[in-house]
Amino acid sequence: MKEKGKTSNFKFGVYMKRYWQLYVMLLLPLTYLLVFKYAPMVYVQIAFKKYSLVESIWKLPVAANHGFEYFIKAFKTNDFKYALRNTLTLNLLDLFLGFPAPIIFALILNELCFARYKKVVQTIAYMPHFLSWVIIYSLALQLLAPNDGLVNMVIHDLGGKAIPFLNEEGHWIGSYIGFGIWQNFGWGSIVYLASIAGINPELYEAAAVDGAGRFRKMWHITLPGIKPTIVVLLIMSLGNILGGGFDRPFAFQNNLVMRVADVIPTFVYRVGIKGLQFSLTTAVGLFQSVVGVFFLLMANFISRKLGERGIW
Amino acid sequence: MKVKSRADKIWDIVFVIFCLLVSAICIIPMLNLLAKSLSGVDYIVRSEVYLIPKGLNFKAYATVLKDAKYVRAFFWTVFLTIICTVASLTMTTLCAYPLIFEGLKGRKAINVFITITMFFNAGTIPNYLLMQKLNLLSNPLVLIIPGVMSVYNMIIMRSFFYGIPDSLRESAEIDGASFFRILISIYLPLSKPVMATLALFYAVGRWNGYSDALMYMRDAKYYTLQLLLYNIINNINQVEVATQEGFSAPGLSESLKAAVVMFSTVPILCIYPFLQKYFIHGVTLGAVKE
Repeated sequence: MKEKGKTSNFKFGVYMKRYWQLYVMLLLPLTYLLVFKYAPMVYVQIAFKKYSLVESIWKLPVAANHGFEYFIKAFKTNDFKYALRNTLTLNLLDLFLGFPAPIIFALILNELCFARYKKVVQTIAYMPHFLSWVIIYSLALQLLAPNDGLVNMVIHDLGGKAIPFLNEEGHWIGSYIGFGIWQNFGWGSIVYLASIAGINPELYEAAAVDGAGRFRKMWHITLPGIKPTIVVLLIMSLGNILGGGFDRPFAFQNNLVMRVADVIPTFVYRVGIKGLQFSLTTAVGLFQSVVGVFFLLMANFISRKLGERGIW
Repeated sequence: MKVKSRADKIWDIVFVIFCLLVSAICIIPMLNLLAKSLSGVDYIVRSEVYLIPKGLNFKAYATVLKDAKYVRAFFWTVFLTIICTVASLTMTTLCAYPLIFEGLKGRKAINVFITITMFFNAGTIPNYLLMQKLNLLSNPLVLIIPGVMSVYNMIIMRSFFYGIPDSLRESAEIDGASFFRILISIYLPLSKPVMATLALFYAVGRWNGYSDALMYMRDAKYYTLQLLLYNIINNINQVEVATQEGFSAPGLSESLKAAVVMFSTVPILCIYPFLQKYFIHGVTLGAVKE
């Protein structure tokens, strides 16, 4: 607090005369956050209570097992166990297969020597990011349809048998992860390209003088140069291992693959909003939030232990 | 650069070809879709349409344009996107601008108040119950207000404001300009890049989002385009669609679906390339924080 000395002659009236406008500006955004981000937290308590439509939430009876009835029930429900398993599996696959893709793409773009060509490639690679998951799923449907889908037509022309990409569990996972990478590799590379642009060019010149070739420079200068960025983004992905959005899995789901495709957010929607089991799904959501924050703290802690910059 | 060795040149070519393939992978799904939307139904059913339309016709597009429900959803979503973008930019500015003043009392507490919302989300059901309580279910405002400000975007804007030299505003302060005046006449005119970026982010988010309409909107006349698309793709209410809007001609559905998807995609694909230099900067501001 560098203003400590000033507090003695701090005049509220004079201060307000100058600063009131800033508080007025903040009024709307802070009210918004209070109503739409903090007020819902009041409803989190129904995870520990027996929800009823008619009763006020403050008067609801506490659920059995010291309020943990619904958490216990969730872990006894097969659908939830599948959803939990699928959330972890799909996120881990995204991490292992999807995380390196933008880094590799950025490294290769960086090696391109025609500036105009590089820009065109970038523009094209950013395109999938601007498509909604509903649109991406319809692209997938058109592309991967068993009979008239482009991919299966080519497979057929080459003498192979049609593959049920979206209707069979194993293949569905592959398609889901594949389209995830497709959507994100270009957009994800922006950050790494910016990070590469920030590397001191003298390092490359010095390495060239020492006789380092293209790949040695990539390995010894570019990669270490973008390591902090990689670590920060890796921490965020690790922290998000139990998270993930609703739009992508929900758009891709179909009845034939629900056993591997149902994740926590879609489970909550199906059982909660559609099935009206509010207490159970609030418990599930709370579990996800709390474990998510825990993972984030852990990832940050580990990265600091390893001598890297954390995310805060 | 020095003279390149043979191996180096070969690698250059390898990388060029690699990028060519990557671009092809990005574009081919769209080309395939376009080809299907313009093809004769028989050719699609016989698996003859690859990347070039066969039996070229615009029937599918004509059907979509004649479909009242679809056209309505399209214009409703355009309208919604514009409103949301304007409202979001306003809110984001109102939040980001005051926080750059170090003299603002309570700034630290406000920052904590804001940051907490990034880490802890109450969850789907509590949000739903709140909308119910506020009587927002089936009210079109539910598609605007709950997502009106993203804290993440606010931080991007704040970082941009920090990058504007203090000296600019200090001279204005000496001249007696109020903080509001400084925002209007110094900060906003200098903030075109970040405004363009965030406008794109908010607009794309609204245009592409469907989960809020799916969860909160009970009145089908306010369905957003993407939700309608979801229903069409998954053949929800197919009977109703088929009988009422003439989406019924057998076999037409594949090229029709393709045409609907094309319509829903084109507006954004027309805009983003022009904003590229802005959003690259915006993404960087959000991620590399020092």
